[in-house]
Amino acid sequence: MNCVKCKTKAVIGLPRHNAAFCKPCFNEFVLDQVSRAIKAERMFGRADRILVAVSGGKDSLALWDILLKLSYHADALYVDLGIPGYSATSREKVERFADTVAKPCHATLLIHTVQEEEGAGIRELADLINRPTCSACGTIKRYQFNRAAVEQDYDVMATGHNLDDEAARLLGNVLHWQDEYLDKQGPSLPASVEGFAKKVKPLYRLAERELAAYAVLNRIDYIVEECPMAKGSKLLLYKEVLNRLETESPGTKQRFYWGFLEKQAKAHPVPTSMAEKDQATLRPCATCGQPTTAEICSYCKMMARAKAGAPR
Amino acid sequence: MKVQLSHPARQVEIKGPKRVRELLRDLKLVAEAHLVIRGDDLVTEDEMLKDEDEIEVRPVISGGS
Repeated sequence: MNCVKCKTKAVIGLPRHNAAFCKPCFNEFVLDQVSRAIKAERMFGRADRILVAVSGGKDSLALWDILLKLSYHADALYVDLGIPGYSATSREKVERFADTVAKPCHATLLIHTVQEEEGAGIRELADLINRPTCSACGTIKRYQFNRAAVEQDYDVMATGHNLDDEAARLLGNVLHWQDEYLDKQGPSLPASVEGFAKKVKPLYRLAERELAAYAVLNRIDYIVEECPMAKGSKLLLYKEVLNRLETESPGTKQRFYWGFLEKQAKAHPVPTSMAEKDQATLRPCATCGQPTTAEICSYCKMMARAKAGAPR
Repeated sequence: MKVQLSHPARQVEIKGPKRVRELLRDLKLVAEAHLVIRGDDLVTEDEMLKDEDEIEVRPVISGGS
C-alpha cells in the first residue's frame, strides 16, 4: 500500500477516506483535520489562551501535541482521580510529556489531586454516594476543568473527544431518545453564562484509530491500559458496534455524527438558542458560585453527601 | 511469529508468513479498533508478516461514561 500523496510506502490505510499515508503525509493530514475543525466551528484564535484537559491517554496528549505544533498557546490540566494502579501511571505519562514536549514550547501543566482537595479518591467517593464511578468521575472532571479555566482566565477549554466518542455518545442518546442531550453534542459549546468556560472538541474529525496511530508514529508515550473503572461501560459497547459497522462499511461513523451536526445546523440556524436557554435556566450555585440549574450544583451536592457518608 | 495482545496483556504464537489482514481475522479482531505494530513501525493491512517478526496488536478504544 502506497501513500496517496507522495507514493512512498504507507504506514496507515484510511478506508473512510479511501486513502493511505506515509508518516509525514499522515501527520499533515491530522494537523489539517484539526485546523479545519478549529476554523469551521470557530473554536479559538491565535491570541486565545487554551486549557487542554489531559488524562494521559492518547487522545488528550495527541491534542496537546497537535495544538503546540500548530503554535497555539495551550496549557493543560490533569485531574488526579486517585484510581488505584491507574492514576499513578497516567500521571507519570502526562508529567513526562509536559517535561519533554510542552515545556520547550513554554506550555504549562497544572495538576489537581482529588484526594488532596476532597479527602478521598474517586472510587471511595462514588461508593459513598452510591453512584457508578464513571458518572462521579465525569462530574468531578467537568467541574474541575471548568473551574480552573474560569478562575485562571483561559479563553477556552479543549477536550480530546474524537469522532468515535461523539458517534458513540450520539448512538446512546438516540437509542434512548435522550433528545435533551442532543443540543450539547456539538464540537463547540459557547460560554453561555458567567462562570461557564467555552468548551471545544478539536479532534471531532479524527477517528480513535487515527489518534492512536498519531501517538505511536510521533512517539507519544500514553497509557494503553483501559481505565479499570470503565470495564463494561455502555459507551465501549456502542463503540464496538460502530467499529464493526465501520469495518464493513467505511465512513459510517463520520456520516452518522457529521450528518447529525449538519442537520442540527439546518434545524437551528441561530446558534444562540442554547446560550439563551442556559441563561434562562442557570444560576450560581449557593455553595461554590458555579453555574447550575439547581440551588446547589451536582459537584457540591456530591461532595456534601460524600462528607456526610450518607447513601443517596 | 510472536504476537503481543492487550486487555488482558498476553503473548500468542502465530504461524507466518501471514498478511496483517489475515492475522486480525484469525484473532477475530476488528481492524477499525486495532493498530498493528512491527518493532517501532505501524504496518498496513496488506503487509506480509514473516514468521520471525515480533508484532504488537494494540487496541485503540478507550472511554468511560
